[in-house]
Amino acid sequence: MDTLNALVVFLNFVVVPGLAYGAQLALGALGVTLIYGILRFSNFAHGDTMAFGTMTTILVTWWFQSMGITFGVLPTALLALPFGIIGTALFVLGTDRVVYRFYRQKKAAPVILVMVSMGVMFVMNGVVRLIIGVEDQQFADGGRFVISAGDFKTATGLAEGLAIKSSQAITVGAAIIVVAWLFWFLQKTRTGKSMRAFSDNEDLALLSGINPDRVVAVTWIIAAALATIAGTLYGLDKSFKPFTYFQLLLPIFAAAIVGGLGSPLGAIAGGFVIAFSEVIVTYAWKKVVTYVVPESLAPDSLLQLLTTDYKFAVSFVILIIVLLVMPTGLFKGKSV
Amino acid sequence: MTRNLLLFAGVALLFVLTGFVQSWNLSLSILNMALLSAIMAMGVNMQWGYAGLFNTGIMGFTAMGGLAVVLISSRPVPVGWEAGGTGILAGLVLGVVTIAAAVYASRTLPKGRKRNLIVALILVGGFVIYRAVLDPAVTAVEANDPATFGNIGGLGLPSLIAWPVGGILAGIAAWAIGKTALGLRSDYLAIATLGIAEIIVAVLKNEDWLTRGVKNITQLPRPWPVPMEVDLQQSATFLGWAQSFGADPVTMSTILVKLLYACLFGLVLVVIVWASERMLNSPWGRMMRAIRDNEVSAAAMGKDVTRRHLQVFIIGSAIVGVAGAMMTTMDGQLTPSSYNPLRYTFLIWVMVVVGGSGNNWGSVLGALLIGWLWLIVESLGPAVMGGITAGMGDGWLKTHLIDSAQHMRLLTLGVILLLVLRFSPRGLIPEK
Repeated sequence: MDTLNALVVFLNFVVVPGLAYGAQLALGALGVTLIYGILRFSNFAHGDTMAFGTMTTILVTWWFQSMGITFGVLPTALLALPFGIIGTALFVLGTDRVVYRFYRQKKAAPVILVMVSMGVMFVMNGVVRLIIGVEDQQFADGGRFVISAGDFKTATGLAEGLAIKSSQAITVGAAIIVVAWLFWFLQKTRTGKSMRAFSDNEDLALLSGINPDRVVAVTWIIAAALATIAGTLYGLDKSFKPFTYFQLLLPIFAAAIVGGLGSPLGAIAGGFVIAFSEVIVTYAWKKVVTYVVPESLAPDSLLQLLTTDYKFAVSFVILIIVLLVMPTGLFKGKSV
Repeated sequence: MTRNLLLFAGVALLFVLTGFVQSWNLSLSILNMALLSAIMAMGVNMQWGYAGLFNTGIMGFTAMGGLAVVLISSRPVPVGWEAGGTGILAGLVLGVVTIAAAVYASRTLPKGRKRNLIVALILVGGFVIYRAVLDPAVTAVEANDPATFGNIGGLGLPSLIAWPVGGILAGIAAWAIGKTALGLRSDYLAIATLGIAEIIVAVLKNEDWLTRGVKNITQLPRPWPVPMEVDLQQSATFLGWAQSFGADPVTMSTILVKLLYACLFGLVLVVIVWASERMLNSPWGRMMRAIRDNEVSAAAMGKDVTRRHLQVFIIGSAIVGVAGAMMTTMDGQLTPSSYNPLRYTFLIWVMVVVGGSGNNWGSVLGALLIGWLWLIVESLGPAVMGGITAGMGDGWLKTHLIDSAQHMRLLTLGVILLLVLRFSPRGLIPEK
């Protein structure tokens, strides 16, 4: 019985939040990795692209809510998501046309493009703060829980409850659908294949008649869609605050690098590696251990390796270890 | 040359105009912040302009400077120090020894699973011992009158000593980060420095025994020769002075203090500019630029690229650390929650790029210009926005627009950065 209780606590506080957070990071890292693979620079504006997409989605959600349109038990934000994606894609295509294209044609060094993306980051950050402000925004509605802790306790008779928030279930479900679609798109469609060819060898791809403008545009649209989905899911799960989204840049980059920059599969693996390490290291293990060990050995301290304030340190340390031990990442990205 | 002088004269005019139109007090406080930013920009320019290193962790090195001021010149807390000072020191030493042992093991042992296991064991075991030694000491220190102290206190030495120490602390942080991230792709350094900056600020925010965390450390001493305003207002000579000028003694004392700060900062800036110019025009500077322009050919000429990068990375970060210490001294307090990457990292970047990367005078000009712009918008923005929206009826949109005027700064700076990168990538004063 105690072992079961320990397992439930473990599932409730480590596995479920880790899965949801991992899915959000994976979607973010996929966007970073795609841009890196095809446009060949680290996009520092990705966190703020997520914020921009989420903001658009929130605005449309509010508009829907004011008209009385809801999505039943599901959050209204899911209905608004397509509009958010379209808005973000248009904005991002606009920045590509106005800003990035010039440097691409000039074949500027990657570090210049990183710097340019920093300028874009400033602009997006400013736009988001100007429109929606800097405060926390809650926009989740619909059913709160798939399973609530109380229901779980009465159903199983265990002392510990397992709660699954609907936002967590939606996050994981949406991430699976999006990733499955993305892999199908990259592997099976003509455009997807041309994108992979472009990423592998730009000159060869150009020689075989692939239209680079089309590849770049499709990449931006997909990256914008991924960023908006990741941002909206993160906002549903926690809350939306522009500065938090800027800070997500670090775990997202860590995830992409751990997996291997340029490798979509690696981005997903990296997202979960970062998320689970963060949760495991910052979780206070006292409760789980108390259930498992005999009473006489029960720990006094919280058994928390690091306080949650240092969660950035976790992604950072993993990043450093990967850079030192295998700079190309788990799935052999293209960098060194 | 005349063009550069004209540019500097133009910026000087901006400050003079601010003094006449708004107040000299505001003009001088903007000037002081701009001078500090100029020193930071010099450090960044050394990294980016001389060597092409992309450092996005300037905020962290600034914060290391602030930490130095707390450690060197805040008042000592003997009770707190006795409660756990030695325990904390022992813990930190153990932490360093653990990392050193792990590095040593991974270097000397043969590659393979056994090595990875031993290194992991050293790290995990070391971490457990480190926490076992550190935690009780920290609890003891923080239990000492948390409302006023709760920290180990500083050494109570003059602030001027804290400035070079800030440089040393920032340099040590830069060494650690450079050792791991330099020599890899250029973007990796950017991401790693972004991370280390967040961590340094998180440490300052959360380690109450060190910096009192979000409770802030206040009453840091003024550097010699800057007096306190209150003392000035009570000194007979000063009052006589103020009378002969026909000025209000309170205003005059704040202005005098700011002027003294400006002189002090200006002096440090001049010394750093002079040293940077010497470095840039020395064989060392030519070698750095050769490495920046073509790493492969420089390596072929026998230059150790990674080592030189590490060197310039440490020097540049140390300069930023000195400026960070100067800033905390001027504020008179350390507020960890005020460290914001947009203000302390990316703004400095805009200064360097706008001024002209690779040129020291360009960085100074960029810092003065952008620093002025950034702070003047703070005081003028709401007024301008009020003027724009004056014709609108009162309503949420008008309030929202006036409230969000301060966010226009980010937008404006982003646009300026993009425009400069696109149309004048060499900046206002291009590299020779």
